[in-house]
Amino acid sequence: MIAGAEGDERPERFIRMLNAAKPSGDDAADAQERAARSVLLGDAHAEYQGELRSSTTYYTFDTKQRLRVQREMDSRDEWPVVIYHSHTRSPAYPSQVDIDLASGPASDPRIHYVIVSTRDEASPTVGEYEFRSFRIVNGVVTEEDVEVVESYMFSHTGADDVPDRA
Amino acid sequence: MAVTVSIPTILRTHTGGEKSVEAKGSTVAEVIDDLESRHSGIAARLVKDGNLHRFVNIYVDDEDVRFAGGLDAPVGENSTVTILPAVAGGAVAAGMR
Repeated sequence: MIAGAEGDERPERFIRMLNAAKPSGDDAADAQERAARSVLLGDAHAEYQGELRSSTTYYTFDTKQRLRVQREMDSRDEWPVVIYHSHTRSPAYPSQVDIDLASGPASDPRIHYVIVSTRDEASPTVGEYEFRSFRIVNGVVTEEDVEVVESYMFSHTGADDVPDRA
Repeated sequence: MAVTVSIPTILRTHTGGEKSVEAKGSTVAEVIDDLESRHSGIAARLVKDGNLHRFVNIYVDDEDVRFAGGLDAPVGENSTVTILPAVAGGAVAAGMR
């Protein structure tokens, strides 16, 4: 996630979230994770039940980290301006799962969902990869322009009379 | 049980902008009913067909209630109840849904 100040649209504070979608080695915990997964994704996604080690195809935030980060953001008066993730085997476009979760009744419609596709094995690092940004509101996906800048001094996101600090 | 409920941004329209409100109840369901009595409309955002909505997470003192009985999960005195949108996703194989 990238947090920004309430009242602002600029993502500023990078928060790397653990992907908790992996097996713990504990049968009971894994069973719980599968059950939660089934509730979240529906039985049509039962195929993924066996793949807890699915850091390549599915993500979910670690609960404890998420709560800590949320409380941090609340006390700093921030909101998650950007939530980003990658698609390792498919295009950088919201999947049905992405859309459904972003459209939930408690989801913030202001969030910019950034998706990066890393599927081109010929260029696994920098170079040609898809990096796209979307708004997802009530099931409707709208793509946004992405402008890559060296610093916010050169962007159009607001007053920049001082250079950004690292 | 008197508890403190933390409200996600998008639901603060129901609480007059408050990010944290007090409520009473000994289960999650009772707390939601209590919230509804003073913040009308909030229950419909949390509960669907008698169950916790799939894309809403509720934590009682940092434990996800989905693993503790869902709406029947017990809530203790001075507990913190945190409501958050579910966040997850990924590229589920083409052809599904």
